[in-house]
Amino acid sequence: MNWLDLGLVVVGLGLLLGALSAVVLSLVWLERKFLGRLQMRLGPMVVGPYGTLQSVADGVKLILKEDIRPDWADIRVFWVAPVLVFVPIFMVWLTIPFGPGLVVQSLDLGLFYVTAFLVTSIVGLVMAGWGSANKYAVLGGLRAAGQLISYEIPVIMVVAAVAMLAQSLNLEVIVAKQGALPYAILMPLGFFLFFVSGLAEVGRTPFDIYEADSEVVGGPFVEYSGPHWAVFFLAEYINTFAVSILTALLFLGGWNWSLTLRDLVGLDSLWAQAIALAEVLIKTYAIFLVIVWIRGTFPRIRIDQLMALGWKGLVPLSFLVVLLNGFYLFYRLPEWSLVAANLAVLGGLFAYLYRRAQTAPSAPTIQRFPARELRRVR
Amino acid sequence: MTTDPNEGANTLEMMINMGPQHPSTHGVFRMVLHLDGERVVRVEPHIGYLHRGSEKLSEGESYAQVITLFDRLDYVSNFNNELVFCMAAEKLMSIDVPERAQYIRVILCELNRIASHLLYYGTYGLDTGAITPILYSFRERERIQNLFEAVSGARMMHNFIRIGGLKQDVPEDFRERMDRLLPQLRQGIDECDRLLSHSEIFLARTRGIARISAEDAIRWGMTGPALRASGVLEDVRVTEPYQVYDRFDFDIPAGTMGDCWDRYYVPLEEMRQSLRIIQQAMEQMPDGPVMTTMRRIARPPKGEVYVQAENPRGAIGVYLVSDGSEKPYRVKVRPPSFCNLQALPYLMRDAYVADAVVILGSLDIILGEVDR
Repeated sequence: MNWLDLGLVVVGLGLLLGALSAVVLSLVWLERKFLGRLQMRLGPMVVGPYGTLQSVADGVKLILKEDIRPDWADIRVFWVAPVLVFVPIFMVWLTIPFGPGLVVQSLDLGLFYVTAFLVTSIVGLVMAGWGSANKYAVLGGLRAAGQLISYEIPVIMVVAAVAMLAQSLNLEVIVAKQGALPYAILMPLGFFLFFVSGLAEVGRTPFDIYEADSEVVGGPFVEYSGPHWAVFFLAEYINTFAVSILTALLFLGGWNWSLTLRDLVGLDSLWAQAIALAEVLIKTYAIFLVIVWIRGTFPRIRIDQLMALGWKGLVPLSFLVVLLNGFYLFYRLPEWSLVAANLAVLGGLFAYLYRRAQTAPSAPTIQRFPARELRRVR
Repeated sequence: MTTDPNEGANTLEMMINMGPQHPSTHGVFRMVLHLDGERVVRVEPHIGYLHRGSEKLSEGESYAQVITLFDRLDYVSNFNNELVFCMAAEKLMSIDVPERAQYIRVILCELNRIASHLLYYGTYGLDTGAITPILYSFRERERIQNLFEAVSGARMMHNFIRIGGLKQDVPEDFRERMDRLLPQLRQGIDECDRLLSHSEIFLARTRGIARISAEDAIRWGMTGPALRASGVLEDVRVTEPYQVYDRFDFDIPAGTMGDCWDRYYVPLEEMRQSLRIIQQAMEQMPDGPVMTTMRRIARPPKGEVYVQAENPRGAIGVYLVSDGSEKPYRVKVRPPSFCNLQALPYLMRDAYVADAVVILGSLDIILGEVDR
């Protein structure tokens, strides 16, 4: 690598940081608006047209706020933690493509790199929890460690299954291999598992256990304020966006669906790039909206239920996904057989859950007794 | 070979203060939790952060003024509180309240019960981590609140029920307003029910958590929905009817498990029954005066009386002693939240930290009433 290449990477990273900050602002606005609609509210309306500048105003407020440090805090750990959460999550973006060739540095081991870096932020969360000298923060930090490590396994296994199908760890190649069939159709079970464990990985509802504000009051972030809290906030949204875009790239065919449109304008033109970018972003934002929808609908599950779901449900199923893909590749079975096997497992899973929901412990137990008869008995 | 995970490890209990500044203690309640990891080993409840000395203050106020203090006990079910004190004073003075006033009292109290249960529904959603239910329940609560404003001039702290009747008659368009309000409420309650009650995650969080048997619930002195969730059919409106409650046809919902879900669902079902009561009361309500003719300043004869009524949170009791002057000699309140709260350490055996919040929420306490 010569100096020119290095310079290009640095410029690319700078651009990426700017773009991601803009994306986070848009995500926050979108989440608040969409959540508002789900809850029969308008969401932010005051700052800017339809409240579009609300996130900017919030950002300015956060930066200008006093940065309070608890007296007992371990100052070095306390101040390094936000950086340790943010940097790995940002580094992931080095190799995530937004379109064909639209990537800071295409890596042949891209997917491996992404999964490795996604999980590194645990260290920062545990440090934040410990350094805050706050018992809620400690609880939250340990919860984060348990949760993220557990759910990293299904993510890695499903990602491995995707890599098996694509015969590559390069994200651009994986997208290109989905020309005919997106992997969401080829392996719906894997898609489902990746999305669920991805949700847990970024700590969104119903898996927002380590920052549960009705239990541990924000968990590791409870003592942070101002700019340092803003860094955590930024990291969380970039992380959510990363999981959304990975779902779009690994399972929804990335920029493949606009191929005919791009052919019309010329595959190498700037317009084609823009169309590809638009397709990826539309898919990513759609997935993000689903995440927000889930947040507006579900309560939070408990830590032991989360662990049980992870180790007894998602981990075995993710191994099953790898196994199914192995059979499919080794015996060169037709595509429909893989789809059928996946759907059978997924259908069985939902049938089991539905049956469980209908049977004894969950059935309603409330009986009604007419007051008239009770009065007569007396 | 033992499988104790703590074998050889030197572990200590962690003491953690939940409250008084914690988002899910429903006010300024404080629990000292002793934790072993995520498990609660012991819990010590601490109350008194909202103590205003209401009972002692009552001794320095005239009877009419005490009503305002009762408004501030259980500050989300004001009409019910006003009613029970007025009933006590009326019993002491042997006053017969006009029928129309009694019907209006029942209607307002049942509406207040719905408003209070809606608040409970919303905050219970928040306790379990669902952020949407509270906005649906507050939409309905707001409608009730608007009606209260039209009737009494205040959204809360109405000071509307007086000894001997009511401050004034309901506004002229009361019937039209109610005709509009009741179907909206019925639909709104059904929506709330569909949104949260049968969600798989919600069931996982509440079903089978903190079970309490009927005998234990009675022994701990629980009343109201929390007691009926354990299957005890005890409702003051039925067992010792007051006002005109014996004229209505309604059901008493009761649970069979006595767990958090039952304690959550009994109030939800009660809202529907309250709507039935209101509907019947609107049909039966006669015309006439809403205030008896009596002395301007209430001065009950010497004596003492205990009166109880069914508040949204359970049976509230008022023990009133009069020495014949215009101020009560002694007022003692038996607040339902306070008595329900006694069972908290019992309910929290083997709970997780996350359960602690859900269990406390299921008891539906109002600190204004607990601390008085």
